[in-house]
Amino acid sequence: MKPAPFIYHNPLTPEDAVSLLASNEEAKILAGGQSLMPMLNMRFVVPDHVIDLNNVTGIDGVTNRDNLLEIGAMTRQCDLMANDLVKSKAPIIPEALEHVGHFQTRNRCTIGGSLCHLDPAAELPCLMAAYDANLTVQGPEGQREIPFIEWPLAYMIPNLAPDELLTKISFRYWSLNHGFGFEEFARRHGDFAIVAVAALLEVDDGKITRAAISIGGANISPVRLVKAEEALIGMLANEDTYKVAADIAQEIESISDAYVTSQYRQRLAGTLVQRALVKAGDRVNRS
Amino acid sequence: MPDIREIQVSVNGEDHSAKVETRTSLGDFLRQNLGLTGTHLGCEHGVCGACTVILDGEAVRSCLMLAVQANGHEVTTVEGLAGEEGELHPLQEAFWKHHGLQCGFCTPGMLTSLVAFLRDNPNPSERDIREAISGNICRCTGYQGIVDATLEAAKVMQGRV
Amino acid sequence: MGVRYLGAEVQRMEDPRLLTGHGRYVDDIKLEGMLHAAFLRSSQAHAKIHSIDITAASDLVGVHRVFTLADLGVNYQKPMNQLYPAPVIEQNKTQYPLAKDEVCYVGETIAVVIADSRAIAEDALALINVEYKTLPAVIDVRTALEEGSPLAHSDTESNLMGKMRSKFGDIEDAFNKADHVFSAGFMQHRGGCHSMETRGVIARDDPWGDGLTIWTSAQSPYLIRRALANWLGEPEEKIRVIAPDVGGGFGPKAGFYPEEIVIPLVARIMERPVKWIEDRQEHFVSTTTQRDQYWDLEVACNVDGKILGLRGKVTHENGAYIPYGILLPNSSLTPLPGAYSIPAIDVGVDIIFTNTVPNSPVRGAGRPCGIYAVERMVQVVSRKLGIDPAVVRRRNYVRPEQMPYETGAKLRGGDPVVYDSGDYEALLDKVLELSDYESFKDRQIAARKEGRFLGIGISSCIEDTGMGPYEGTTVRVDASGKVIVKTGAASQGQGHHTMISMIVADNLGVKPEDIIFESADTAKFPHGIGAIGSRIAANVAPSAFDAASKVREKAIKLAAEILETAEADLDIESGIVRVNGAPDVSISLGELAVKLTPPSSTRVPTGFEPLLEATSFEGSAGSPIASGSNVAEVEVDNGTGEVKVLRYSVAHDCGIMINPMIVHGQIVGGVVHGIGNALFERMIYDKQGQPLTMNYGEYLLPLASEMPRIDVTHMETPSPLNSLGVKGAGEGGTIPAAAAVIAAIENALEEFSVEIDYYPVDPQYLLGLIDSSIDSKSSSRLS
Ligand SMILES: Cc1cc2nc3c(=O)[nH]c(=O)nc-3n(C[C@H](O)[C@H](O)[C@H](O)COP(=O)(O)OP(=O)(O)OC[C@H]3O[C@@H](n4cnc5c(N)ncnc54)[C@H](O)[C@@H]3O)c2cc1C
Ligand code: FES
Ligand code: FES
Repeated sequence: MKPAPFIYHNPLTPEDAVSLLASNEEAKILAGGQSLMPMLNMRFVVPDHVIDLNNVTGIDGVTNRDNLLEIGAMTRQCDLMANDLVKSKAPIIPEALEHVGHFQTRNRCTIGGSLCHLDPAAELPCLMAAYDANLTVQGPEGQREIPFIEWPLAYMIPNLAPDELLTKISFRYWSLNHGFGFEEFARRHGDFAIVAVAALLEVDDGKITRAAISIGGANISPVRLVKAEEALIGMLANEDTYKVAADIAQEIESISDAYVTSQYRQRLAGTLVQRALVKAGDRVNRS
Repeated sequence: MPDIREIQVSVNGEDHSAKVETRTSLGDFLRQNLGLTGTHLGCEHGVCGACTVILDGEAVRSCLMLAVQANGHEVTTVEGLAGEEGELHPLQEAFWKHHGLQCGFCTPGMLTSLVAFLRDNPNPSERDIREAISGNICRCTGYQGIVDATLEAAKVMQGRV
Repeated sequence: MGVRYLGAEVQRMEDPRLLTGHGRYVDDIKLEGMLHAAFLRSSQAHAKIHSIDITAASDLVGVHRVFTLADLGVNYQKPMNQLYPAPVIEQNKTQYPLAKDEVCYVGETIAVVIADSRAIAEDALALINVEYKTLPAVIDVRTALEEGSPLAHSDTESNLMGKMRSKFGDIEDAFNKADHVFSAGFMQHRGGCHSMETRGVIARDDPWGDGLTIWTSAQSPYLIRRALANWLGEPEEKIRVIAPDVGGGFGPKAGFYPEEIVIPLVARIMERPVKWIEDRQEHFVSTTTQRDQYWDLEVACNVDGKILGLRGKVTHENGAYIPYGILLPNSSLTPLPGAYSIPAIDVGVDIIFTNTVPNSPVRGAGRPCGIYAVERMVQVVSRKLGIDPAVVRRRNYVRPEQMPYETGAKLRGGDPVVYDSGDYEALLDKVLELSDYESFKDRQIAARKEGRFLGIGISSCIEDTGMGPYEGTTVRVDASGKVIVKTGAASQGQGHHTMISMIVADNLGVKPEDIIFESADTAKFPHGIGAIGSRIAANVAPSAFDAASKVREKAIKLAAEILETAEADLDIESGIVRVNGAPDVSISLGELAVKLTPPSSTRVPTGFEPLLEATSFEGSAGSPIASGSNVAEVEVDNGTGEVKVLRYSVAHDCGIMINPMIVHGQIVGGVVHGIGNALFERMIYDKQGQPLTMNYGEYLLPLASEMPRIDVTHMETPSPLNSLGVKGAGEGGTIPAAAAVIAAIENALEEFSVEIDYYPVDPQYLLGLIDSSIDSKSSSRLS
């Protein structure tokens, strides 16, 4: 399990990284390496060039601009978990990251890597779907912004040209009183989820005014449970209401694989939506 | 033509400069180029944790990093945990006392992971420890001795024993 | 006499090395001029090989040579030997060290590349071109004997490897006179080895000197030496096999593998040392595993739950070849009737070839399956008759006054299975107390009120340990006074160094730190068997005890002459022989050793043989039978099907414990392995025989985060079969675990009348059972 030979590049700016991508065929970006390196070691991926982003400046860190959180693609999961802005504005992120791998992998994994790898069950894409995040990619012609909904093109394929780089993720965070709940079911702690659910709620006077429910793992990319989100608006924030959303979740279009059937995924989606909404509802600051 | 680079790495406080093929993992580099065979490779795909080393203070998988990426960085391996005079680290002592190892193959990764973990979580519960080592597979011990050792080492390191 | 080590929690002597990164595993060894190997393995589950083109691979810079079977030499165009021949084996299929013209599982070795580095060797693998003609593969044992089923080997008529049967008592009578007959069918799947260190072999040939030296990550170096010598047609003496530090074994490392032929041969041909380290992907497809067994059983019992007989059939998946005889199916049958006195048994096994990785024992071998089967039927009886499972067990246990108890079953060698000692009901009492079994109902009801489903399950087991014939030890004092202890016993983490040193230290009157321990090297001790089947303590402890006693006797006798005192007045402490009551009069063991190894022109004292040394092969007179009772307490999530093991309690009896800390570690580690079998580990193949669970994200080993704390209590019923009263302890944790966990799950879901018919139990399956039970209840209400 040793990687096939490649040429290693160590750019220092995003522009250099992009021009290396543009000028080399069969090039692969190396971010945290926690998905790419196993694939290199197993020779599932055999690039001629590896372009390391770890010394590129200016594409990591978290900033708050006009109620927008902007996160550099190279921000590591451990740093997201420890970041005060993230903790206060989008506390669902650190909560979800507890489920992502292990602290040793989180020390390397980046948010950009997770979004580009785009595992259907990965937590960060599921969260970014919930937030309707915008992804900024940089190519030889400059930058473009992609709303999350247009980011997944197919199973584990992001909307990214071979010479493009994801540099930034930004989303509008929710009001301070919002409630949040992240629930997933994985066989073991740190495993990829079979199904994961992120739920965000805003409640006014006991009634739901805004809801986002995002489901990972059920299908080839995270999906928003739009029908349920709409159904919740105006309803009382209580378990019976959440049951309505859970029933909708049980009908969600799902995939089967060698381990798990689509029916089981649907069943999990129902259970987890219910639980995530209960959590979110409990956490809404109703004062 | 193999892609070879010269790198400078500080390992266990000692500076090394070496030529390394870019496809070489940090784990292979430590074991083969530097002869530090205490770092073990159990899966080479990031799950077993046997290869864990401490890079600039943080526990990372050495099978999922290229040696070139360690250029200019500091690495601590299991060989670097004991004191200058060879006195065992409190965690090593506790592993010994609580039978935290059998075959010893997972042990280096357990130790390096837990040393970093205890620094950030000096007062962990059993649950915290079990989650912390969920990325370190041990086929022999059933983990209990490791957990007990860590609980004790945490106390010792805080001077609570 | 000074400190007694026997029975004390002595910290292990092997640990300081291992804790500081100074272990020496195969991959840590670097030899001058060493080359590196990588194997090309079959990508097909079953195929004919038309051609293998190695040209491009051979031309790659850094590649020294590529070998196929033909390149190994004219004398070596033959399949590997059968390690354990047996009349039951109707079709003896062993593989060629490199495939000849047919491959029968994904992972079978086809060619080997020898290169400057492993990375280059892997580069070359991609350049080898094998032209296959795919043949149909047989994967599902249940249909493997049907007319028209694909054949695992194209030159055979049937996939039946052989049949075995364990039959004793009057089975017809038992079933005729029973009040009830109940039946159950279930599948048991046990996974692979997954020692954290993979396999690995280094070989060096020195034709004018030492001959072949092989370092291999193995449990049985002597078996490898014999098998290799046999296969090569060379004397054993010219082959040295060393098992250095081994990072876990668990059974699959006890065999003899193609790589252990190929690497030595190519090292000889290349005239350079060659190293091959199995990587984790290879481990999944080339290290032997346990696989599926389908059991269909009937139990005959009376209204009170007393079991009269057990009969049925097992279909055992053997994999593609027979590297390991019939140990696995055999050890599935020998534990029947478990801890119970069941007068009649008739269970047969069909052993069946499939196109999957060949089988070998994994921790416990077939015992966990046999015990699971018995415990399952006890559970069925308890449920059907509505009698508490603890009570059913009490009514059936073999009682202490029945010991020695001959079950009626036969061991592999034909000897009767005899339970030597133990008190199974007392063990049950202990574990019930430890697990707060009495108050469980309260916990269950309280949890149910919160919508949580708790369950409890019991499992009892026996384990035949030791298995003979011997595991010898030599004890010798050298001139420095250090004590050299040598044995054939190889260790994969069980702490043999510590355990044996404790026994020698006690008996000889030396400090453990003055012992130099050498093992698992065929050049250091003439013969050994290996660490399999919980056999080391029961075999090597008596031999170490005996050899140390003999050295002691010799030392005392000689010292008595030199010090001119009576032997009875002498004692040895910390390596010094002293006269009781006259502490100044003494002589050290080192000095005595020098007297027995004198320089030229002097003489060995009259009446003494040279060397302060003794060797013993004393072992156990039969198989000491260890026993245990376990209780698992679980919670099932009815929204996901997840099972959490909340508590796990063990009462275990392995006779006199040499080092309770080590025993504890073996039990806890074993239980976790067993829980892994019950809930997590599953190697999945698709219908074409392609392995699917090929990494540790898909093949689920138990992690610390899901494992409960395991409470262990012991009973020490000395075995009458050896001088120390010890029994084996290596597998007693694993054997009963799956049965306890699964009984607990069923108990948790009692209101859904869930019956589990396979393990590992996965949440999807469980949730399906719960849902369908709810559906059928609601539909029956409607109708
Ligand atoms: C043991 C283990 C457990 C894990 N468990 C989980 C889990 O539970 N949930 C989960 O979500 N993930 C899990 N992961 C995966 C981890 O989160 C991934 O490594 C992560 O998703 C990828 O991030 P990375 O920074 O490591 O990216 P890399 O591995 O470096 O890259 C991944 C892919 O994205 C591309 N890429 C990376 N960054 C960019 C960029 N800025 N622009 C363009 N392309 C880019 C790379 O070329 C590559 O194809 C686990 C990993 C391990 C080893
Ligand atoms: S070898 Fe790196 S995690 Fe297993
Ligand atoms: S001690 Fe053997 S793997 Fe942990």
